Amino acid sequence: MNSDFRSRVEGERPYLLRYASLQLRDPHAAEDAVQETLLAALAGEAGFAGRSNLRTWLTGILKHKIVDAIRRLSRETPMATDEEGFEALFNERGHWIDPPRAWDEPDGSLEEKQFLRALEECLTRLPAKTAQAFMMREHLGYETPDICKELGLTPTHCWVLLYRARMALRECLQTNWFSK
Amino acid sequence: MMLSCKQAAQLASQGLDRRLGWFERVTLRLHLAICDGCTNFSRQAAFLRRAMKRLAD
Repeated sequence: MNSDFRSRVEGERPYLLRYASLQLRDPHAAEDAVQETLLAALAGEAGFAGRSNLRTWLTGILKHKIVDAIRRLSRETPMATDEEGFEALFNERGHWIDPPRAWDEPDGSLEEKQFLRALEECLTRLPAKTAQAFMMREHLGYETPDICKELGLTPTHCWVLLYRARMALRECLQTNWFSK
Repeated sequence: MMLSCKQAAQLASQGLDRRLGWFERVTLRLHLAICDGCTNFSRQAAFLRRAMKRLAD
């Protein structure tokens, strides 16, 4: 085996681990997924030949490992509903208690590393199931029916989780980024 | 047929996850036309999608 390739693959471990941890919320599961990815990558070096970006290739493998892990995890802990911790944002008539304010030039923030760190921090505060549904939707690019299937949820429940994730994230970014 | 903010925010979010029906789109648009809070939420939900794409790069 090419030892240069091995060390380059190994060098991506911290990035992959952060990626998997965001998604899985379970340090052991994240560690396992990354380990499986690195092994698969080293065994499949030929598959990388000719591709330009090692990280992209590894992330592609990791995504499959993450979905396998999510499948396993949701079999082990079926239907945790994340009901707690979602506080009321509307009054009894359905009006905002604290209406969202406009964000000034939010897309400029996308160029800032610090903003992406703040977003990651906000993601780690989401309840586990909510985070998984949201990450599958927006990070892995799954369609909603597939997310429901993998997480064992009804479509309505899926939409509710995605809605709550967006609510919680905008609230968190409002406090930790856009108010500063 | 006027939506509350709670209903409008839920619909705006679902619009990112499924194709809304004709009636849903019309009632949502009517609500957003008069409601800054829901308009901001709707824009921010779409922004979150762009931000998550950037995170994945």
